[in-house]
Amino acid sequence: MRELIAQAWTVARKDLVLEFRTRTALVSAVVFTALVLTVFNFGRDPTAVPTIDLAPTILWVTFTFAAMLALNRAFQLELENQALEGLLVSPLSRTSLYWGKLIANLVFVAVVEGVGLPLFVLFFDVPVGRVLVPLIGVIALATLGFVAVGTLFSALVIRTRFAELLLVVILLPFLVPPLIGAVQVTARLLGGRPLSESVGYLKLLAAYDIVFVSLASFLFRFTVDE
Amino acid sequence: MLSAEGLRHAFGEGGGQVVALDGVSFNLTSGQTLAIFGPNGAGKTTLLKVLAGLIRPQEGSVRVAGGRREIGWIGHESHLYEHLTVRENLLFWASLYGVPAARRGPRAALVLGRLGMSDRADQPVWSLSRGLAQRAAIAKALIHDPSVLLLDEPFTGLDLAAAAELRALLGEVRGGGAGGRVVVLATHNVDEGVELATDVAFQRRGRFVHFAPRGGRGSSEIAEAYRRVVAGKATDA
Amino acid sequence: MSLTQKGRWITVVALVCLAAVYVRALAFTPVERLQGPAQKIFYLHVPAAIWTEAAMILVGLAGIFYLFLKDPRLDRFAEASAEVGTVFATIVLTTGPIWGKPIWGTWWTWDARLTTTLLLFFLYVGYLLVRGAVRDPGLRARYAAVLGICGMCLVPFIHLSVFLFRTLHPQPIILKPSAPSLPSSMLATWLFSLAAFTLLYVGFVTQRYALSLVRDAHGGGSPGHA
Repeated sequence: MRELIAQAWTVARKDLVLEFRTRTALVSAVVFTALVLTVFNFGRDPTAVPTIDLAPTILWVTFTFAAMLALNRAFQLELENQALEGLLVSPLSRTSLYWGKLIANLVFVAVVEGVGLPLFVLFFDVPVGRVLVPLIGVIALATLGFVAVGTLFSALVIRTRFAELLLVVILLPFLVPPLIGAVQVTARLLGGRPLSESVGYLKLLAAYDIVFVSLASFLFRFTVDE
Repeated sequence: MLSAEGLRHAFGEGGGQVVALDGVSFNLTSGQTLAIFGPNGAGKTTLLKVLAGLIRPQEGSVRVAGGRREIGWIGHESHLYEHLTVRENLLFWASLYGVPAARRGPRAALVLGRLGMSDRADQPVWSLSRGLAQRAAIAKALIHDPSVLLLDEPFTGLDLAAAAELRALLGEVRGGGAGGRVVVLATHNVDEGVELATDVAFQRRGRFVHFAPRGGRGSSEIAEAYRRVVAGKATDA
Repeated sequence: MSLTQKGRWITVVALVCLAAVYVRALAFTPVERLQGPAQKIFYLHVPAAIWTEAAMILVGLAGIFYLFLKDPRLDRFAEASAEVGTVFATIVLTTGPIWGKPIWGTWWTWDARLTTTLLLFFLYVGYLLVRGAVRDPGLRARYAAVLGICGMCLVPFIHLSVFLFRTLHPQPIILKPSAPSLPSSMLATWLFSLAAFTLLYVGFVTQRYALSLVRDAHGGGSPGHA
């Protein structure tokens, strides 16, 4: 067990060192997020609908797309460096590989969201002050679900044609349930509603995370080997 | 140390099926170096991948004493992260192969020294020349001191000088006799591998059509036998 | 009798039953009070929706068994079930609007059944696309199994999230008879229709399975079906 965690951390650390050293993927993802938020601004009529009504949608559509872009990096990195085969030849357990990639992906997406959220608040003048902590909590819950399934699928598409496009197509239906939960909770938080009103959705998010993190972790070994 | 039993593996289905392995069995112990000669498409890479555990054979089994930890692989892919330094790469792989933390640094230094790369240790891999990158890949394969070395066409793309260097290096690295490693080398060029070999096999369409100690035979004899086999004639030399 | 022939016979019987259901529905079952004659599409629409979902669950179950048993027959069955599920989903998504327009004045509404079926449709399409994008049959079967299992596990979350979403914005409950319990004649027609659709599923899957047997025997042919 300890070895599992240690190896996962070795993989994650290597990924993060590489991502922060080369920075291209990270910067691109952050810029993409900023651009999407900007586009949203021009895609609406501020006189017709108050921003606050659209805010949760804007936030979550932006985060969803940013996450999907970010997910490609995990195995793309290995392919670019011709290292995937090396990982599979080594005694690294497939489960450790999954967890390592999951952790690296989560950190990556967290950085992107960490820039995206303040930008969102800035661009759309959204009052998050009092609900910042629960908001971050919801973002974390939903992101975990997205990235858990996305990491599994990003491995699945490596050996297929049109991998990036296929990843998006197969992943999006899986993002709908957590997305619904996330948007609803965000809307209630921004609307000043008490947290108790969001309990159903929070349970949905938590259940989704538990089920899909376990499932993806288990199924990973069937996707990554030749 | 390394044994294969009745390996069978095919790709595809029905009429379009390609049989990559068709009943391969052999046994190797330390100090033996098996050179597998075969034309492209003979199934050499598939065999090595099965030995390494990358592919699970449809039939048959492989036993490697000590499991994946004892296998070092040198193939077409470099297994090196371009933006990490040579040392960082070695430390990473050492960690995955279970080398204890305290021994990783010294081990890396040792291997780099042996390969004449000590002064390049802290250069990123992308900045290395092709020959040096190849040596770094070998360092990666040796970092955990494996008892089995699998090499898939390691001489590809090397000029004569570099190839000779690699041969010399492999000769050193495999050790000798009881303490030596098991080496399996697959190549389509007889000259490349014949001197190193203690045993020779010819692979054609998934089968070993010849497997024997090299004896004292030199490259030209082996090449002749190989040519006959490839032309579809003799099944033994 | 060959498998294809058996399949054809079952399908023919099923279609005859379906026709009989319709005769019964149109001539012998009372017209629903509030919704009028257009409600009768319910007998087609609901069983198709039930089987769309059931087909996905069967794809998932076949996937689980395939991963452990590695029997290619399970994979062929999964493929057949997915394709038939797609057909049924299309039936639901077309009969829904056809029914909705005269009753509700709108072609589409995000009611629970239509939304769920739409998401299932996307899951099916993704599944078939992945099958079409992988050349090696062993790899294809493995990837399909993984995706199928994930799809099956997503179904309860789709239900839950759509349900939660709907309680916010009560949508017209399409195609539910207004009374809490169906009068017996309507119930009989509905059950008859469900039976006919069950037969239809079996018939279609049998034929499709037979087709893939032929295809596989003749050298794999094109890499799957998309």
